[in-house]
Amino acid sequence: MLGRRGALAYLAVPPYLWLLGLFVLPLLVVVAVSLQPASGRIDFGAGWPSTNQYAHLADTPVYFRQLALSLAMAVGIAVTATLLAYPLAYFLAFRARERAGAFLILLLLPFATSFLLRIMAWKLLLGRDGAINWLLTTTGIATEPSTLLIYSRAAVIITLIYVWIPFAALPIYAALQRIDRSHLEAAADLGAGPWTRFFRVTVPLSLPGVLATLFMVFIPTVGEYVTPVLVGGPEGVMYGQLVQDFFTRAGNWPLGSALAVVMLLTTLALAAAAVKLIDLRRLA
Amino acid sequence: MTAAARSPRRSSAAIGVGRTRLPLRGFYLVLLAFLYLPILLLFLFAFSANRGLTFPIQGLTFDRFASVLENRQMLTAARNSLLVAVMAATAATALGLAVGVAATRLRFAGRGLLVGLAAAPLLIPYVVLAVGLFLMFTLLDVPRGIFTVAAAHSVIALPYATLILLARLLGLDPALEDAAMDLGASYPTTLRKVILPLLGPSLISAWLTCFIVSFDEIAIANLLAGRDATFPVFLYGQLRFAGQVPVLVAMAVLLLIGTLLLTILAQQIRSRD
Repeated sequence: MLGRRGALAYLAVPPYLWLLGLFVLPLLVVVAVSLQPASGRIDFGAGWPSTNQYAHLADTPVYFRQLALSLAMAVGIAVTATLLAYPLAYFLAFRARERAGAFLILLLLPFATSFLLRIMAWKLLLGRDGAINWLLTTTGIATEPSTLLIYSRAAVIITLIYVWIPFAALPIYAALQRIDRSHLEAAADLGAGPWTRFFRVTVPLSLPGVLATLFMVFIPTVGEYVTPVLVGGPEGVMYGQLVQDFFTRAGNWPLGSALAVVMLLTTLALAAAAVKLIDLRRLA
Repeated sequence: MTAAARSPRRSSAAIGVGRTRLPLRGFYLVLLAFLYLPILLLFLFAFSANRGLTFPIQGLTFDRFASVLENRQMLTAARNSLLVAVMAATAATALGLAVGVAATRLRFAGRGLLVGLAAAPLLIPYVVLAVGLFLMFTLLDVPRGIFTVAAAHSVIALPYATLILLARLLGLDPALEDAAMDLGASYPTTLRKVILPLLGPSLISAWLTCFIVSFDEIAIANLLAGRDATFPVFLYGQLRFAGQVPVLVAMAVLLLIGTLLLTILAQQIRSRD
């Protein structure tokens, strides 16, 4: 008969192996390939490890400009989506009462629609033959359909904020729901007005949810390449697209790997810094 | 929502929490309209007789739905997505269950690391993992196809399964297991007869969440699918042909009905739990 410790030890083994083989190992392979001297395909020949790829990166400022721009866009998108999602989550947690469940489902339904199609929907709105242009020309506000709406950085930003809002509301909603209502009563009894209660009690207590939201939007946005391709055009290129292109079109895997490593490290460093910063502010 | 969660809200509402009368409901409804409008507009094109995605709409037709059934490539892609999502969701839920049970019921050296690792795929941009798996499978000469996509999706779905199941397991009283074992059950029997039935709804909700995560994923599938394009990959390849888009939208409407039912089901099961 298998005892409890024995059974549990068996339980821990498969997920460990799975994650080592399919998560840790691939990341190590990216690092290994990025240290390859020659460009092209995989070739761990003479001269490995080498910093050739990183030297090439360092000499090409356009990659860093692109990375900085993508990071800035991701921060902006994460912050905006969070600011828009907070009142939604607040409404669901404090005001919607017994209908909160139904309102939550309504909010999440768009998220169940294919990601690609939600992006296409925006193309349909903003495109040259799209709804907005049709409205503008038939009402006579514009004489000719404009192509300025789509294929721009702004189109990428609007589309991504749109895509993330329902998702962003979830962690905040969970955090707001967990707030013990007696804290608010106590604050009210001590004479705090509604705004004071909101900023001194509700907001600090919901910070973990806000932080989770920021990361859950920021991290996938940094690596996004589908949205920029579909609505960004040449002006809206993002860093994830460059990485992807080295594996699909250009076929230069070592340089693509180096770009991926730089993105991973920058993302993790920014995330770690944000956690530190917010922890310090909560202590203060 | 449970009754217990609702009642303190009533009492706090009585003392005027949120007395600032901001039009929150209005804000919610406006954002909801903002979320739904583009999708509904797109869905119109599943019924539009126009050649491409252009305004104004000239007439309505059901032909697109008939074309869906004739498009073998698209049906194959949809079938691939379904297979991948079922495999990935099943693997992720089983592994998430293992992580959850091991982490909540056993003290061992690597416990924190195991939970951290299981949640870590949430913390890295998918394109990096996609590239890593692409290179690893190439090095190991593993042919790319639905199995490589399913393996990758099981990893990115694992955090969701783990977090959902962990939350439920933390709420279960370990005394239930002690009681079963005192009565002579082996631990595997206890797991099967006591813990699994109690976890039932959470398991279903975790599986459905993982299914949805996998079914809609493109960044990883695009690099790992090889010739077995999944539906998002197929869609991505076809989107540049404007004439194709109405048929694609029709297919998506059909798939959406499926995903919608799944989402509502997952949400219902979770809120009942």
